[in-house]
Amino acid sequence: MNYAIETTDLRKRFGDTHAVDGISLSVAKGSVFGLLGPNGAGKTTTVRLLATLLAPTSGSARVLGHDLLTEAAQIRSKVSLTGQFASVDEDLTGMENLVLLSRLLGHSWRGARQRASELLQAFDLAEAAGRQARTYSGGMRRRLDIAASLIVTPEILFLDEPTTGLDPRSRNQVWDMVRDIAAIGTTVLLTTQYLEEADQLADRMAVIDHGKVIAAGTSRELKASVGSGTLKIHLQDAAQRVAAETLLQSLTNGQSQATTEGLSVQVTDTAHAMHILHSLNNDGIAVAEFSLGSPSLDEVFFALTGKAQQNEVAA
Amino acid sequence: MNISEGQSTDKIILAKTVKPRPLNAWGSAMTLGWRALLKIKHVPFQLFDVTVFPLMMTLMFTYLFGGALAGSPKEYIQYLLPGILVQTILFITVYTGVGLNTDISKGIYDRFRSMPIWPSAPVFGALMGDILRYSIAAVMVIGLGFVLGFRPQGGIVGVVLAVLLVQIFASSLAWIWIIVGMLVKSPESVMTTSFLFLFPLTFASNVFVDPATMPGWLQAFVSVNPVTHLANASRGLMHGQPDLNSMLWVLVATTIVTAIFAPIALRMYHRER
Repeated sequence: MNYAIETTDLRKRFGDTHAVDGISLSVAKGSVFGLLGPNGAGKTTTVRLLATLLAPTSGSARVLGHDLLTEAAQIRSKVSLTGQFASVDEDLTGMENLVLLSRLLGHSWRGARQRASELLQAFDLAEAAGRQARTYSGGMRRRLDIAASLIVTPEILFLDEPTTGLDPRSRNQVWDMVRDIAAIGTTVLLTTQYLEEADQLADRMAVIDHGKVIAAGTSRELKASVGSGTLKIHLQDAAQRVAAETLLQSLTNGQSQATTEGLSVQVTDTAHAMHILHSLNNDGIAVAEFSLGSPSLDEVFFALTGKAQQNEVAA
Repeated sequence: MNISEGQSTDKIILAKTVKPRPLNAWGSAMTLGWRALLKIKHVPFQLFDVTVFPLMMTLMFTYLFGGALAGSPKEYIQYLLPGILVQTILFITVYTGVGLNTDISKGIYDRFRSMPIWPSAPVFGALMGDILRYSIAAVMVIGLGFVLGFRPQGGIVGVVLAVLLVQIFASSLAWIWIIVGMLVKSPESVMTTSFLFLFPLTFASNVFVDPATMPGWLQAFVSVNPVTHLANASRGLMHGQPDLNSMLWVLVATTIVTAIFAPIALRMYHRER
């Protein structure tokens, strides 16, 4: 298997903080890989390590076959980073930002202007090309920032929380861009706090928390690791909710959750689900609606990080 | 949007040309100097707020104190202007630190650092932009001086040499503000911190008055203050009586300041954060 990124027990310590605490990952060439985790999980530090902005405290990594420690310059010439905060120069216009970076990457003035125009066109920024970036909306800045990463087509694109703080429309635009970028063969490593985002974009993902990978695999595998499915139940009569919760807790060893939308239970198989519905019926609890499906990534994440946190408390 | 509407978007995003070779050290520093130029174009205020102050000082000192200090405003400005030029340019050096601090806090620094260019290019580019900024400020100050009756005996050559000398010293001072820019949190703190040094340095000198009437301890400081020597050298050149001693002093000070602070600044700049 040909990997774009391979890390072995990568660690980064800042003082007493173990920001990245032994991460081993393999990202296949041409794939979209999602690093999923809450704030402070170590996502940004991992990306900054792989983009050669930070040196690891220990462990090793190969990015496009180059050693992270000794071949940083080769790595830099093949990857692009779009950081967490749109790194555009607010004083400059969109056009000037892209021309500046195109020039630095070696385009002639003419070539730089041409490449900048192409990208502004492609990223729906042509009309705003002559305006200072400080007048751009969050979504426009983010698009300009991503465009800047594509001046020279990178072999790997690092996107650190590309949609944080964006409205749903801008978020969808960024998602479309990521799909287009992946379609031209660029490997994409993106970090996100949104499970839906990883589910939408990533071929494979790793869930990280406290600098450690707590689960990895495809969306389907992650869901399967938590349980075969989730039974969701809406009651006809809200007054019976407490009775229903008690019954569900006893039937599932405490694996049920009450949400604002109703009750949800992790079930092992269909027979288990049938048994639960049957028991509710026997107790005279009327069910208005139910559904059986794979657990959402939110549930996966809750299950995984919930466990991880309990372990930490116990330790 | 365009991309998702299938108008052969892949081709737009995909760079068509063969991957160019990134610019060399000189080219990338020059290009980043161009960036500083664009900033002056878009935000001229950042030039004016540091030049307006010295311009006001020139006017105030010339007309308020000129008569008392030198007999007449016209005579005083011959003494004052070469010194005000020094003060103006030294104050503008602070912007090097301010700009760097802003770049780091906005993440632009990360962008540059992740690119395959000479890692020090952003710093040298900023310095090049600053030298241009110094020149614009110098033209403004000297222009006002002419209006007020400043007549340099050293002619154009003398004035240009004086400006060059001040610029050379200013670029060495800028390294210190680059360090400050990396140490403090906000651009405002860079300003406050550096003005704390620049005010005493420029006022406790012979920029405004002959130190002969100052108390002994102050005279002692004034005589070793590099600003005094820079003002002397600037006056000498502008008035056609080059003060070789002061010029040498300035060049030595420039070399020492650069030799100490440039390596520290660059090392700090390259240190990860």
